[in-house]
Amino acid sequence: MTKVTLTVNGRAMSGECEDRTLLVHFIREKLGLTGTHVGCDTTQCGACVVHMDGHSVKSCSILAVQASGSTITTIEGLAGQGELHPVQAAFKEHHGLQCGFCTPGMVMTAVDLINREGGTLTEETVRAGLEGNICRCTGYHNIVKAILAADAEMATGRQAAE
Amino acid sequence: MYATSYHRASSVEDAVRLKSANEEGKYLSGGMTLISTMKQRLAAPSDLIDLRHIPTLRGISIDGRKVTIGAATPHADVAASRELAAICPAICKLAGHIGDPHVRHMGTIGGSIANNDPAADYPAGLLGLGATIVTDRRSLSADDFFTGLFETALEEGEMVTSVTFEAPEKAGYAKFNNPASRFAMTGVFAAKTAGGIRVAVTGAGASGVFRHPGFEQALASNWSADALSNVAVDASNLMADMHANAEYRANLVKVMAKRAVASAG
Repeated sequence: MTKVTLTVNGRAMSGECEDRTLLVHFIREKLGLTGTHVGCDTTQCGACVVHMDGHSVKSCSILAVQASGSTITTIEGLAGQGELHPVQAAFKEHHGLQCGFCTPGMVMTAVDLINREGGTLTEETVRAGLEGNICRCTGYHNIVKAILAADAEMATGRQAAE
Repeated sequence: MYATSYHRASSVEDAVRLKSANEEGKYLSGGMTLISTMKQRLAAPSDLIDLRHIPTLRGISIDGRKVTIGAATPHADVAASRELAAICPAICKLAGHIGDPHVRHMGTIGGSIANNDPAADYPAGLLGLGATIVTDRRSLSADDFFTGLFETALEEGEMVTSVTFEAPEKAGYAKFNNPASRFAMTGVFAAKTAGGIRVAVTGAGASGVFRHPGFEQALASNWSADALSNVAVDASNLMADMHANAEYRANLVKVMAKRAVASAG
């Protein structure tokens, strides 16, 4: 067993696990943060996306020991003070989910995309940004709408802050 | 996944030492192929030697037109490098279309070429650029490095530390990707380099990445997509699978080559 130490959603957390334990299982089972989902066995679906040191990654394809020492943000870490993150609010407003299983990964992916390309997103770049995330309910249209709306909302917020 | 033991290397020397102490071990870079393969129990290395935390292996440096990319540089960094895009946009475009955004944040150039998947993008890019692959013990030309399906000239315990190349006069990359995996069903990298015209094809060859001499000759006398129209592509050495038979891939090779040249300008 190896000790893994992470900063998760701003809090220092640690736990013991086998070297073969995947980061997603460590987050869900050792840290009890079950918002991050496992939707496939093959690294394709993106339901497990979290941010590691500020970048979106598939936590099902990284060992917990590989991530040790890093800063992780999960879906639980997005909303602040009882208020939804603008991307979460936009998914709700635009009906960007049906069953909701893929939603944590979709939202984390969208936040990463807006962090990188915010203010310049188009339908085409949003769809390209979602290549690593699979949704079997929505047909993606409302997810794309939600991300574009959140991008516009966050750009307005940035302008107001300047 | 079968049990394994993890080691985090702090330097290239440390990594090589750990590898020699653990014969059944494997180097682990971004892990975007290796961890997935281990999850499927298709690989079971006794030990993993993590290279991601070796500072000297990461980063892009440019000296005039000479480009050096550290082996543990993720695809996303190559895709987003403005300095690199200014002199060789084709390699940035190639890196920006590998897998998906999450894979590009972890997967590395060194890991990609050491694995030499026959449908990976970087082997075509580096073979097309006539790049040099630098390891912990020597330098190899891309022509000598890629030797077959998942096969390279790397010896036991040898690790890629960087790749270097001269920015080409012109270069373009076009790929037709598998819609599910994003791997290339065919990808073609065409470059006009100081050493001549080079055209490399991935995703199609039965023995992995290969150069196409017919395309290279045609482009040497006339650098244009039209120059490729009458060049034959032999289907006999191409892959055939559930996605595309060899004849279909032969057509894709030509279409992607034309698009690559057209995109190079």
